Amino acid sequence: MGESLNTVTTMPTARQAGCPFDPPAELIDAHRHAPISRYTFPGGKPGWLITGYDLVRAVLADSRFSSRKELMLHPTIDYGDFEVPAAPPGEFLLMDEPQHSRYRKPLMGKFTVRRMRLLTERVEQITADHLDAMEKAGPPADLVTAFARPVPAIVICELLGVPYQDRGSFQEQVDSFMNGETSDEDLMTAYAATQDYLAQLVAAKRANPTDDILSDLTDSDLNDEELQGIALLLLAAGLDTTANMLALGTFALLRNPEQLAALRAEPELADRAVEELLRYLSVAKTFMRTALEDVELGGRTIEAGSRVILSYNTANRDPERFTDPHVLDLRRQHGGHLAFGHGIHQCLGQQLARVEMRVAFPALVNRFPTLRLAVPAEEVDLRPETADIYGVKSLPVTWDA
Amino acid sequence: MRITVDAERCIGAGMCALTAAEVFDQDPDDGHVLLLRAEPPAVHRAAAQMAAGVCPSGAITINGPESSGS
Repeated sequence: MGESLNTVTTMPTARQAGCPFDPPAELIDAHRHAPISRYTFPGGKPGWLITGYDLVRAVLADSRFSSRKELMLHPTIDYGDFEVPAAPPGEFLLMDEPQHSRYRKPLMGKFTVRRMRLLTERVEQITADHLDAMEKAGPPADLVTAFARPVPAIVICELLGVPYQDRGSFQEQVDSFMNGETSDEDLMTAYAATQDYLAQLVAAKRANPTDDILSDLTDSDLNDEELQGIALLLLAAGLDTTANMLALGTFALLRNPEQLAALRAEPELADRAVEELLRYLSVAKTFMRTALEDVELGGRTIEAGSRVILSYNTANRDPERFTDPHVLDLRRQHGGHLAFGHGIHQCLGQQLARVEMRVAFPALVNRFPTLRLAVPAEEVDLRPETADIYGVKSLPVTWDA
Repeated sequence: MRITVDAERCIGAGMCALTAAEVFDQDPDDGHVLLLRAEPPAVHRAAAQMAAGVCPSGAITINGPESSGS
């Protein structure tokens, strides 16, 4: 390969001032040097950081790299000798085959392209209801609480069968897991409350099945604990990712007015716009894998047992793969961004996320032709990089009433 | 162009049905890939090729010329 080996000793945790949509500058610098770097985990364990598109994709498709939770190290925190427990039943994102398939298979038919598109009308209705309420109450508004959170929350709760009156508290609990700022003590409290709630919910579905995914699953050979695990994974994944895409995506559109105008003027642009926002923002920024054996990769040997950090946000900005990668171009014609991952763990709910964004972005920008930030862009409160999913904490917007 | 699919490898992401709806669908019950046209006409070949490229589990195999030929 000829390139010298670059070492990154601290995972960059801050985006550059004024560039909230770009990956941390140190990560882009590392990638400029090489698509793979040595990485020293906190506590000194050696590993690897992969920033390039081709290599990230190759690792994701390679079963010699494990997703098992107990093999992972935290990229930024030294837990010392603490042994990470295996993923609880149902949390199939952090399992390898055959356990992964045991949980994914019963769900696959529930998230097909066709089935998700049938939800379009319902998503349009939920979207319109929230835009009505926002219009009535404002201006101004916090787009996160008025729109970006509740829309996907209602959709995933309806799909899974979470009763209407429970949605608010559930949404808060999920937010406390994901925002990257909750204290350990509060995390444990929220986790316990959620587990209690899901246990009751699963019992209720077993006793009185209704027309939803969780009720359907009570017909399978999965036990209560497994159903709780699946429900938690689907609810958390379905809520937080899409909510942050909607809010951060709106922020990005407001900062790129000519792109926003194009989306408003050309309805046929919506599908491509969604893919481009997914690529450009890559809100699920990093994932981990552990090599189960020695693997040759990008001219290096990844030793058995070493942990690999996969940087989706730099992979989706890889100039080898995307022309002018740091430009948001809703007309960009490309397939194959890694925003939903790749390989056997590629996002199960991606077609749902597409339907939600496909409906929500055009509806929002068309309803409010004068939509703009209500504060200077620099004052928009961003989630820290330590959060699993990147986004904004709030997005104050206003418009001409 | 001749397409084969391996439903056992399929993880139901739906990228094939999204990318080349004339060539691929998903089983409504289990979400597995369904091959609608093993030998798609020229007009659908580029999309089929792209679908094979983005399939996350490598469940789609394409043999033969990419977008031209018979």
